[in-house]
Amino acid sequence: MTTAAQTAELARRSVIRTLRQPANVIAPLIFPMMLLAVNAGGLHSAEQLPGFPAETFLAFAMAVPFIQGALFATMNAGTDLARDIQTGFLNRLSLSPMRSVALLTGQLGGAVVIGLVQAIFYLCVGLAVGVRLESGIAGALVLLALATLIVLAFGSLGAFAALRTGSGEAVQGLFPALFVFLFISSMNMPRNLIEIDWFRTAATVNPVSYLIEGVRSLIIVGWDAQALALAFGIASAIAIIGLTAATWALGERLTRT
Amino acid sequence: MRGVLAVALGVAWRVLHNVFSNPSLLIPSIVFPLFFFTAFAGGLSRVSDVPGFDYEPGYTSFQFVFVLLQSAAFGGVFTGFGIARDFESGFARRLLLASPRRSGIVLGYSFAAFVRWVTTASVLTVVAIVAGMKVGGGPIDIFGLYGLALIVNATATLWAAGVAMRLRTMQAGPVMQMPVFLILFFAPVYVPIDLLQGWIETVASVNPVTALLEAGRSLLAGEPEHVALAFAVALGLGVAFAVWALRGLRRAEAAGA
Repeated sequence: MTTAAQTAELARRSVIRTLRQPANVIAPLIFPMMLLAVNAGGLHSAEQLPGFPAETFLAFAMAVPFIQGALFATMNAGTDLARDIQTGFLNRLSLSPMRSVALLTGQLGGAVVIGLVQAIFYLCVGLAVGVRLESGIAGALVLLALATLIVLAFGSLGAFAALRTGSGEAVQGLFPALFVFLFISSMNMPRNLIEIDWFRTAATVNPVSYLIEGVRSLIIVGWDAQALALAFGIASAIAIIGLTAATWALGERLTRT
Repeated sequence: MRGVLAVALGVAWRVLHNVFSNPSLLIPSIVFPLFFFTAFAGGLSRVSDVPGFDYEPGYTSFQFVFVLLQSAAFGGVFTGFGIARDFESGFARRLLLASPRRSGIVLGYSFAAFVRWVTTASVLTVVAIVAGMKVGGGPIDIFGLYGLALIVNATATLWAAGVAMRLRTMQAGPVMQMPVFLILFFAPVYVPIDLLQGWIETVASVNPVTALLEAGRSLLAGEPEHVALAFAVALGLGVAFAVWALRGLRRAEAAGA
Protein backbone atom coordinates (compact mmCIF):
# COMPACT_ATOMS: atom_id res chain seq x y z
CA MET A 1 0.00 0.00 0.00
CA THR A 2 1.39 3.41 -0.96
CA THR A 3 1.77 6.22 1.57
CA ALA A 4 -1.07 8.10 -0.14
CA ALA A 5 -3.37 5.09 0.14
CA GLN A 6 -2.44 4.63 3.79
CA THR A 7 -3.16 8.31 4.44
CA ALA A 8 -6.53 8.10 2.69
CA GLU A 9 -7.48 5.01 4.67
CA LEU A 10 -6.64 6.64 8.01
CA ALA A 11 -8.40 9.87 7.00
CA ARG A 12 -11.50 7.85 6.12
CA ARG A 13 -11.33 6.12 9.50
CA SER A 14 -10.97 9.49 11.23
CA VAL A 15 -14.03 10.93 9.44
CA ILE A 16 -16.18 7.86 10.07
CA ARG A 17 -15.19 7.81 13.73
CA THR A 18 -16.22 11.46 14.11
CA LEU A 19 -19.52 10.89 12.29
CA ARG A 20 -20.30 8.00 14.64
CA GLN A 21 -20.19 10.36 17.63
CA PRO A 22 -23.19 12.68 17.13
CA ALA A 23 -22.04 15.03 19.92
CA ASN A 24 -18.79 15.62 18.02
CA VAL A 25 -20.70 16.47 14.85
CA ILE A 26 -23.63 18.47 16.20
CA ALA A 27 -21.86 20.62 18.83
CA PRO A 28 -19.33 22.15 16.38
CA LEU A 29 -22.18 22.96 13.99
CA ILE A 30 -24.74 24.29 16.43
CA PHE A 31 -22.72 25.94 19.21
CA PRO A 32 -20.91 28.53 17.03
CA MET A 33 -24.20 29.38 15.31
CA MET A 34 -25.93 29.89 18.65
CA LEU A 35 -23.12 32.12 19.89
CA LEU A 36 -23.31 34.06 16.62
CA ALA A 37 -27.06 34.54 17.03
CA VAL A 38 -26.67 35.68 20.65
CA ASN A 39 -23.80 38.07 19.94
CA ALA A 40 -25.33 39.47 16.75
CA GLY A 41 -28.62 40.06 18.55
CA GLY A 42 -27.11 41.46 21.73
CA LEU A 43 -24.50 43.67 20.07
CA HIS A 44 -26.72 44.91 17.26
CA SER A 45 -26.54 48.45 18.68
CA ALA A 46 -22.73 48.47 18.33
CA GLU A 47 -23.37 49.20 14.63
CA GLN A 48 -24.10 52.78 15.73
CA LEU A 49 -20.56 53.33 17.02
CA PRO A 50 -18.65 55.83 14.90
CA GLY A 51 -16.15 53.95 12.73
CA PHE A 52 -17.84 50.55 13.02
CA PRO A 53 -16.71 48.83 9.82
CA ALA A 54 -19.75 46.77 8.83
CA GLU A 55 -23.36 47.51 7.97
CA THR A 56 -24.60 44.83 10.36
CA PHE A 57 -23.05 43.23 13.42
CA LEU A 58 -24.12 39.87 12.03
CA ALA A 59 -21.82 40.31 9.02
CA PHE A 60 -19.04 41.56 11.29
CA ALA A 61 -19.38 38.57 13.65
CA MET A 62 -19.79 36.01 10.85
CA ALA A 63 -16.03 35.32 10.83
CA VAL A 64 -15.99 33.98 14.38
CA PRO A 65 -17.77 30.62 13.80
CA PHE A 66 -15.06 29.62 11.32
CA ILE A 67 -12.42 29.94 14.03
CA GLN A 68 -14.60 28.31 16.67
CA GLY A 69 -15.34 25.44 14.31
CA ALA A 70 -11.60 24.99 13.76
CA LEU A 71 -11.12 24.78 17.53
CA PHE A 72 -13.78 22.07 17.82
CA ALA A 73 -12.30 20.09 14.91
CA THR A 74 -8.90 20.37 16.55
CA MET A 75 -10.07 19.06 19.88
CA ASN A 76 -11.96 16.19 18.31
CA ALA A 77 -8.97 15.15 16.21
CA GLY A 78 -6.57 15.45 19.13
CA THR A 79 -8.88 13.54 21.47
CA ASP A 80 -9.34 10.73 18.94
CA LEU A 81 -5.59 10.43 18.44
CA ALA A 82 -5.07 10.36 22.22
CA ARG A 83 -7.68 7.61 22.44
CA ASP A 84 -5.75 5.63 19.83
CA ILE A 85 -2.72 5.90 22.09
CA GLN A 86 -4.64 5.03 25.26
CA THR A 87 -6.33 1.99 23.70
CA GLY A 88 -3.09 0.68 22.22
CA PHE A 89 -4.23 1.14 18.60
CA LEU A 90 -1.12 3.20 17.85
CA ASN A 91 1.07 0.41 19.22
CA ARG A 92 -0.60 -2.15 16.98
CA LEU A 93 -0.34 0.22 14.03
CA SER A 94 3.37 0.67 14.63
CA LEU A 95 3.85 -3.09 14.17
CA SER A 96 2.24 -2.87 10.72
CA PRO A 97 3.92 -1.49 7.57
CA MET A 98 2.05 1.80 8.11
CA ARG A 99 4.36 4.81 7.66
CA SER A 100 4.38 7.34 10.46
CA VAL A 101 3.85 10.23 8.07
CA ALA A 102 0.63 8.55 6.88
CA LEU A 103 -0.56 8.23 10.46
CA LEU A 104 -0.23 11.93 11.12
CA THR A 105 -1.49 13.21 7.78
CA GLY A 106 -4.35 10.71 7.82
CA GLN A 107 -5.53 11.84 11.22
CA LEU A 108 -5.21 15.50 10.29
CA GLY A 109 -6.80 14.82 6.89
CA GLY A 110 -9.91 13.56 8.66
CA ALA A 111 -10.01 16.71 10.81
CA VAL A 112 -9.59 18.90 7.74
CA VAL A 113 -12.50 17.17 5.94
CA ILE A 114 -14.74 17.68 8.99
CA GLY A 115 -13.55 21.28 9.30
CA LEU A 116 -14.31 21.96 5.64
CA VAL A 117 -17.83 20.55 6.00
CA GLN A 118 -18.36 22.79 9.05
CA ALA A 119 -17.09 25.84 7.16
CA ILE A 120 -19.47 25.16 4.27
CA PHE A 121 -22.31 24.84 6.78
CA TYR A 122 -21.45 28.18 8.45
CA LEU A 123 -21.19 29.86 5.06
CA CYS A 124 -24.58 28.52 3.96
CA VAL A 125 -26.23 29.61 7.22
CA GLY A 126 -24.66 33.04 6.90
CA LEU A 127 -25.91 33.45 3.34
CA ALA A 128 -29.35 32.16 4.36
CA VAL A 129 -29.71 34.80 7.10
CA GLY A 130 -28.74 37.61 4.77
CA VAL A 131 -24.98 38.01 5.04
CA ARG A 132 -23.48 38.91 1.64
CA LEU A 133 -19.80 38.38 0.87
CA GLU A 134 -18.24 41.58 -0.44
CA SER A 135 -15.59 39.45 -2.17
CA GLY A 136 -18.19 37.43 -4.11
CA ILE A 137 -18.05 33.77 -5.11
CA ALA A 138 -14.27 33.76 -5.48
CA GLY A 139 -14.10 35.17 -1.95
CA ALA A 140 -16.22 32.27 -0.68
CA LEU A 141 -13.70 29.82 -2.14
CA VAL A 142 -10.78 31.71 -0.59
CA LEU A 143 -12.67 31.79 2.72
CA LEU A 144 -13.10 28.01 2.64
CA ALA A 145 -9.41 27.59 1.79
CA LEU A 146 -8.41 29.82 4.71
CA ALA A 147 -10.81 28.04 7.09
CA THR A 148 -9.33 24.69 6.01
CA LEU A 149 -5.79 25.94 6.59
CA ILE A 150 -6.79 27.16 10.06
CA VAL A 151 -8.24 23.73 10.88
CA LEU A 152 -4.95 22.15 9.75
CA ALA A 153 -2.98 24.63 11.88
CA PHE A 154 -5.00 24.09 15.06
CA GLY A 155 -5.31 20.38 14.27
CA SER A 156 -1.54 20.00 14.22
CA LEU A 157 -1.38 21.59 17.69
CA GLY A 158 -4.05 19.14 18.91
CA ALA A 159 -2.12 16.23 17.37
CA PHE A 160 1.08 17.40 19.05
CA ALA A 161 -0.67 17.60 22.45
CA ALA A 162 -2.17 14.13 21.94
CA LEU A 163 1.13 12.55 20.88
CA ARG A 164 3.12 14.28 23.59
CA THR A 165 0.76 13.49 26.49
CA GLY A 166 -1.15 10.44 25.25
CA SER A 167 -4.11 11.73 27.23
CA GLY A 168 -7.51 12.77 25.93
CA GLU A 169 -8.09 14.86 29.07
CA ALA A 170 -4.89 16.81 28.42
CA VAL A 171 -6.04 17.55 24.88
CA GLN A 172 -9.43 18.66 26.18
CA GLY A 173 -7.55 20.89 28.61
CA LEU A 174 -6.16 22.77 25.60
CA PHE A 175 -9.65 23.87 24.62
CA PRO A 176 -10.11 26.53 27.32
CA ALA A 177 -6.63 27.86 26.58
CA LEU A 178 -7.44 28.23 22.89
CA PHE A 179 -10.80 29.76 23.81
CA VAL A 180 -8.95 32.44 25.80
CA PHE A 181 -7.06 33.35 22.62
CA LEU A 182 -10.40 33.61 20.82
CA PHE A 183 -12.03 35.87 23.42
CA ILE A 184 -9.00 38.13 23.94
CA SER A 185 -9.03 39.05 20.27
CA SER A 186 -10.91 41.32 17.90
CA MET A 187 -13.77 38.82 17.69
CA ASN A 188 -16.43 41.24 18.99
CA MET A 189 -14.97 44.65 18.21
CA PRO A 190 -12.48 45.99 15.64
CA ARG A 191 -9.12 46.61 17.30
CA ASN A 192 -9.24 50.36 16.65
CA LEU A 193 -12.53 50.57 18.55
CA ILE A 194 -11.31 48.67 21.63
CA GLU A 195 -11.13 51.31 24.33
CA ILE A 196 -9.11 49.59 27.05
CA ASP A 197 -5.41 49.92 26.21
CA TRP A 198 -4.15 46.62 27.59
CA PHE A 199 -6.97 44.70 25.90
CA ARG A 200 -6.23 46.36 22.56
CA THR A 201 -2.53 45.48 22.98
CA ALA A 202 -3.38 41.88 23.87
CA ALA A 203 -5.69 41.63 20.86
CA THR A 204 -2.98 43.12 18.64
CA VAL A 205 -0.32 40.58 19.66
CA ASN A 206 -2.83 37.73 19.58
CA PRO A 207 -2.45 35.80 16.29
CA VAL A 208 -6.12 34.72 16.43
CA SER A 209 -7.13 38.37 15.81
CA TYR A 210 -5.45 38.21 12.40
CA LEU A 211 -7.08 34.89 11.52
CA ILE A 212 -10.49 36.38 12.32
CA GLU A 213 -9.70 39.60 10.47
CA GLY A 214 -8.61 37.68 7.38
CA VAL A 215 -11.91 35.79 7.23
CA ARG A 216 -13.82 38.96 8.14
CA SER A 217 -12.17 40.99 5.37
CA LEU A 218 -13.61 38.65 2.74
CA ILE A 219 -17.10 39.16 4.19
CA ILE A 220 -17.27 42.90 4.94
CA VAL A 221 -14.43 44.51 2.95
CA GLY A 222 -13.87 42.55 -0.23
CA TRP A 223 -10.27 41.91 -1.19
CA ASP A 224 -7.90 43.19 1.50
CA ALA A 225 -4.44 41.93 0.53
CA GLN A 226 -2.84 42.81 3.87
CA ALA A 227 -5.51 41.10 5.98
CA LEU A 228 -5.42 38.00 3.77
CA ALA A 229 -1.62 37.84 3.70
CA LEU A 230 -1.49 38.08 7.49
CA ALA A 231 -4.19 35.44 7.96
CA PHE A 232 -2.70 32.96 5.49
CA GLY A 233 0.81 33.68 6.75
CA ILE A 234 -0.04 33.19 10.42
CA ALA A 235 -2.15 30.09 9.77
CA SER A 236 0.70 28.61 7.66
CA ALA A 237 3.25 29.42 10.35
CA ILE A 238 1.15 27.75 13.07
CA ALA A 239 0.62 24.75 10.78
CA ILE A 240 4.36 24.40 10.08
CA ILE A 241 5.28 24.71 13.77
CA GLY A 242 2.48 22.33 14.79
CA LEU A 243 3.30 19.73 12.15
CA THR A 244 7.02 19.84 12.97
CA ALA A 245 6.29 19.43 16.68
CA ALA A 246 3.72 16.66 16.04
CA THR A 247 6.13 14.77 13.74
CA TRP A 248 8.81 14.95 16.41
CA ALA A 249 6.35 13.82 19.11
CA LEU A 250 5.19 10.92 16.93
CA GLY A 251 8.80 9.83 16.45
CA GLU A 252 9.32 9.95 20.21
CA ARG A 253 6.09 8.08 20.86
CA LEU A 254 6.96 5.30 18.39
CA THR A 255 10.46 5.02 19.83
CA ARG A 256 9.01 4.69 23.33
CA THR A 257 6.52 2.04 22.27
CA MET B 1 -33.56 17.14 60.91
CA ARG B 2 -30.26 16.30 62.61
CA GLY B 3 -29.93 13.31 60.31
CA VAL B 4 -30.43 15.50 57.26
CA LEU B 5 -27.84 17.99 58.48
CA ALA B 6 -25.31 15.29 59.34
CA VAL B 7 -25.61 13.82 55.83
CA ALA B 8 -25.49 17.29 54.25
CA LEU B 9 -22.35 18.27 56.14
CA GLY B 10 -20.66 14.97 55.31
CA VAL B 11 -21.45 15.29 51.59
CA ALA B 12 -20.46 18.96 51.51
CA TRP B 13 -17.17 18.32 53.31
CA ARG B 14 -16.25 15.56 50.87
CA VAL B 15 -17.11 17.66 47.80
CA LEU B 16 -15.21 20.67 49.10
CA HIS B 17 -12.21 18.54 50.05
CA ASN B 18 -12.15 17.09 46.54
CA VAL B 19 -12.53 20.48 44.88
CA PHE B 20 -10.03 22.42 47.00
CA SER B 21 -7.40 19.68 46.83
CA ASN B 22 -7.71 19.24 43.08
CA PRO B 23 -6.62 22.27 41.02
CA SER B 24 -8.20 20.88 37.83
CA LEU B 25 -11.61 21.16 39.53
CA LEU B 26 -11.02 24.42 41.38
CA ILE B 27 -9.22 26.56 38.82
CA PRO B 28 -11.74 26.45 35.94
CA SER B 29 -14.60 27.58 38.18
CA ILE B 30 -12.52 30.60 39.28
CA VAL B 31 -10.80 31.38 35.99
CA PHE B 32 -13.76 31.18 33.61
CA PRO B 33 -15.78 34.01 35.20
CA LEU B 34 -12.63 36.16 35.33
CA PHE B 35 -12.02 35.39 31.71
CA PHE B 36 -15.58 36.34 30.69
CA PHE B 37 -15.35 39.49 32.80
CA THR B 38 -12.09 40.45 31.10
CA ALA B 39 -13.38 39.73 27.61
CA PHE B 40 -16.69 41.56 28.08
CA ALA B 41 -15.73 44.49 30.32
CA GLY B 42 -12.37 44.97 28.58
CA GLY B 43 -13.15 44.22 24.97
CA LEU B 44 -16.61 45.72 24.75
CA SER B 45 -16.32 48.83 26.94
CA ARG B 46 -16.85 51.02 23.87
CA VAL B 47 -20.43 49.74 23.77
CA SER B 48 -21.18 52.21 26.57
CA ASP B 49 -20.84 54.96 23.92
CA VAL B 50 -23.83 53.63 22.01
CA PRO B 51 -26.65 56.22 22.06
CA GLY B 52 -29.17 55.26 24.75
CA PHE B 53 -26.72 53.39 26.98
CA ASP B 54 -27.33 55.13 30.28
CA TYR B 55 -25.97 52.89 33.05
CA GLU B 56 -24.43 55.41 35.43
CA PRO B 57 -21.63 53.31 37.07
CA GLY B 58 -20.19 52.39 33.64
CA TYR B 59 -19.63 49.31 31.48
CA THR B 60 -17.33 47.45 33.92
CA SER B 61 -20.06 47.53 36.58
CA PHE B 62 -22.69 46.67 33.98
CA GLN B 63 -20.81 43.51 32.99
CA PHE B 64 -19.83 42.64 36.56
CA VAL B 65 -23.45 41.90 37.48
CA PHE B 66 -23.84 39.54 34.53
CA VAL B 67 -20.60 37.72 35.26
CA LEU B 68 -21.45 37.48 38.98
CA LEU B 69 -24.79 35.82 38.18
CA GLN B 70 -23.12 33.67 35.52
CA SER B 71 -20.48 32.50 38.01
CA ALA B 72 -23.26 31.64 40.46
CA ALA B 73 -25.14 29.63 37.83
CA PHE B 74 -22.07 27.82 36.50
CA GLY B 75 -20.86 27.13 40.04
CA GLY B 76 -24.06 25.11 40.41
CA VAL B 77 -23.57 23.38 37.06
CA PHE B 78 -19.97 22.42 37.92
CA THR B 79 -21.28 20.86 41.13
CA GLY B 80 -23.75 18.90 38.99
CA PHE B 81 -20.80 17.51 37.02
CA GLY B 82 -19.41 16.23 40.34
CA ILE B 83 -22.72 14.55 41.21
CA ALA B 84 -22.76 12.82 37.81
CA ARG B 85 -19.16 11.70 38.38
CA ASP B 86 -20.15 10.27 41.78
CA PHE B 87 -22.91 8.25 40.14
CA GLU B 88 -20.65 7.05 37.35
CA SER B 89 -17.92 5.96 39.75
CA GLY B 90 -20.36 4.11 41.99
CA PHE B 91 -19.73 6.38 44.98
CA ALA B 92 -23.32 7.67 44.91
CA ARG B 93 -24.66 4.13 45.29
CA ARG B 94 -22.69 3.72 48.52
CA LEU B 95 -23.78 7.19 49.61
CA LEU B 96 -27.45 6.30 49.11
CA LEU B 97 -26.98 3.09 51.08
CA ALA B 98 -25.20 4.81 53.95
CA SER B 99 -27.44 7.89 54.32
CA PRO B 100 -30.21 7.71 56.91
CA ARG B 101 -31.89 10.82 55.42
CA ARG B 102 -31.19 11.04 51.70
CA SER B 103 -32.57 14.52 51.17
CA GLY B 104 -29.44 15.59 53.04
CA ILE B 105 -27.46 14.51 49.97
CA VAL B 106 -29.06 17.23 47.84
CA LEU B 107 -28.64 19.76 50.64
CA GLY B 108 -24.96 18.81 51.02
CA TYR B 109 -24.21 19.25 47.33
CA SER B 110 -26.03 22.62 47.43
CA PHE B 111 -24.00 23.76 50.42
CA ALA B 112 -20.77 22.74 48.71
CA ALA B 113 -21.81 24.66 45.58
CA PHE B 114 -22.43 27.72 47.76
CA VAL B 115 -18.94 27.59 49.31
CA ARG B 116 -17.36 27.10 45.87
CA TRP B 117 -19.25 30.09 44.52
CA VAL B 118 -18.34 32.29 47.51
CA THR B 119 -14.68 31.62 46.67
CA THR B 120 -15.21 32.51 43.02
CA ALA B 121 -17.32 35.58 43.80
CA SER B 122 -14.69 36.88 46.24
CA VAL B 123 -11.93 36.67 43.64
CA LEU B 124 -14.19 38.14 40.95
CA THR B 125 -15.20 41.06 43.16
CA VAL B 126 -11.61 41.92 44.05
CA VAL B 127 -10.58 41.79 40.39
CA ALA B 128 -13.55 43.95 39.38
CA ILE B 129 -12.73 46.58 42.00
CA VAL B 130 -9.08 46.61 40.92
CA ALA B 131 -10.29 46.95 37.29
CA GLY B 132 -12.17 50.11 38.22
CA MET B 133 -15.70 48.92 38.90
CA LYS B 134 -17.83 51.70 40.36
CA VAL B 135 -20.33 50.84 43.07
CA GLY B 136 -23.23 53.23 43.49
CA GLY B 137 -25.29 51.16 45.91
CA GLY B 138 -25.04 51.05 49.70
CA PRO B 139 -24.40 47.97 51.87
CA ILE B 140 -28.05 46.88 51.73
CA ASP B 141 -28.13 47.10 47.93
CA ILE B 142 -24.93 45.10 47.65
CA PHE B 143 -26.24 42.54 50.13
CA GLY B 144 -29.32 42.27 47.92
CA LEU B 145 -27.20 41.74 44.80
CA TYR B 146 -25.15 38.94 46.38
CA GLY B 147 -28.33 37.46 47.90
CA LEU B 148 -29.85 37.29 44.46
CA ALA B 149 -26.73 35.61 43.10
CA LEU B 150 -26.82 33.13 45.98
CA ILE B 151 -30.37 32.09 45.04
CA VAL B 152 -29.24 31.71 41.41
CA ASN B 153 -26.40 29.48 42.61
CA ALA B 154 -28.77 27.27 44.62
CA THR B 155 -31.27 27.12 41.75
CA ALA B 156 -28.63 26.10 39.20
CA THR B 157 -27.25 23.48 41.59
CA LEU B 158 -30.71 22.00 42.07
CA TRP B 159 -31.30 21.98 38.31
CA ALA B 160 -27.98 20.23 37.64
CA ALA B 161 -28.50 17.82 40.54
CA GLY B 162 -31.89 16.83 39.12
CA VAL B 163 -30.35 16.11 35.72
CA ALA B 164 -27.35 14.27 37.21
CA MET B 165 -29.57 12.07 39.39
CA ARG B 166 -31.83 11.18 36.49
CA LEU B 167 -29.14 10.44 33.89
CA ARG B 168 -26.33 9.36 36.28
CA THR B 169 -23.54 9.79 33.73
CA MET B 170 -20.90 12.38 32.94
CA GLN B 171 -22.29 12.46 29.40
CA ALA B 172 -25.17 14.45 30.89
CA GLY B 173 -22.81 17.45 31.13
CA PRO B 174 -24.16 19.26 28.05
CA VAL B 175 -27.76 18.67 29.22
CA MET B 176 -26.91 20.49 32.46
CA GLN B 177 -24.81 23.20 30.89
CA MET B 178 -26.49 24.17 27.63
CA PRO B 179 -29.90 25.34 28.97
CA VAL B 180 -28.13 27.43 31.62
CA PHE B 181 -25.83 28.91 28.99
CA LEU B 182 -28.77 29.73 26.73
CA ILE B 183 -31.03 31.26 29.36
CA LEU B 184 -28.13 33.45 30.56
CA PHE B 185 -27.15 34.65 27.10
CA PHE B 186 -30.74 35.18 25.91
CA ALA B 187 -30.91 38.01 28.47
CA PRO B 188 -29.63 41.60 27.98
CA VAL B 189 -25.97 40.64 28.41
CA TYR B 190 -24.21 43.40 26.47
CA VAL B 191 -26.66 46.32 26.53
CA PRO B 192 -29.81 47.24 28.48
CA ILE B 193 -33.00 45.65 27.18
CA ASP B 194 -34.19 48.96 25.71
CA LEU B 195 -31.32 48.78 23.19
CA LEU B 196 -32.09 45.25 22.03
CA GLN B 197 -33.96 44.78 18.78
CA GLY B 198 -35.63 41.96 16.91
CA TRP B 199 -35.91 38.38 18.13
CA ILE B 200 -33.43 38.79 20.98
CA GLU B 201 -35.57 41.59 22.47
CA THR B 202 -38.66 39.35 22.32
CA VAL B 203 -36.82 36.45 23.94
CA ALA B 204 -35.14 38.66 26.56
CA SER B 205 -38.42 40.28 27.53
CA VAL B 206 -39.90 36.91 28.58
CA ASN B 207 -36.64 35.47 29.95
CA PRO B 208 -36.70 35.33 33.78
CA VAL B 209 -32.96 36.02 33.89
CA THR B 210 -33.67 39.49 32.48
CA ALA B 211 -35.49 40.41 35.70
CA LEU B 212 -32.54 39.14 37.77
CA LEU B 213 -29.98 41.02 35.67
CA GLU B 214 -31.87 44.29 35.64
CA ALA B 215 -32.55 44.17 39.38
CA GLY B 216 -28.91 43.25 40.06
CA ARG B 217 -27.65 46.13 37.93
CA SER B 218 -30.04 48.55 39.60
CA LEU B 219 -28.83 47.42 43.04
CA LEU B 220 -25.18 47.93 42.07
CA ALA B 221 -26.05 51.39 40.75
CA GLY B 222 -27.86 52.25 43.99
CA GLU B 223 -31.18 52.80 42.21
CA PRO B 224 -33.15 49.64 43.02
CA GLU B 225 -35.82 48.71 40.49
CA HIS B 226 -38.05 45.63 40.28
CA VAL B 227 -36.07 43.98 43.09
CA ALA B 228 -39.12 42.28 44.61
CA LEU B 229 -40.00 40.82 41.19
CA ALA B 230 -36.44 39.52 40.76
CA PHE B 231 -36.43 37.84 44.18
CA ALA B 232 -39.88 36.36 43.51
CA VAL B 233 -38.67 34.95 40.19
CA ALA B 234 -35.45 33.59 41.72
CA LEU B 235 -37.22 32.01 44.69
CA GLY B 236 -39.95 30.58 42.44
CA LEU B 237 -37.34 28.92 40.23
CA GLY B 238 -35.49 27.74 43.32
CA VAL B 239 -38.55 26.01 44.74
CA ALA B 240 -39.41 24.45 41.36
CA PHE B 241 -35.90 23.06 40.93
CA ALA B 242 -35.80 21.85 44.55
CA VAL B 243 -38.78 19.66 43.68
CA TRP B 244 -37.01 18.66 40.43
CA ALA B 245 -33.86 17.65 42.35
CA LEU B 246 -35.71 15.72 45.06
CA ARG B 247 -37.70 13.83 42.43
CA GLY B 248 -34.40 13.11 40.69
CA LEU B 249 -33.14 11.67 43.95
CA ARG B 250 -36.19 9.42 44.15
CA ARG B 251 -35.53 8.28 40.56
CA ALA B 252 -31.95 7.43 41.49
CA GLU B 253 -33.16 5.52 44.53
CA ALA B 254 -35.70 3.63 42.43
CA ALA B 255 -33.04 2.77 39.86
CA GLY B 256 -30.71 1.51 42.60
CA ALA B 257 -28.24 4.22 41.42
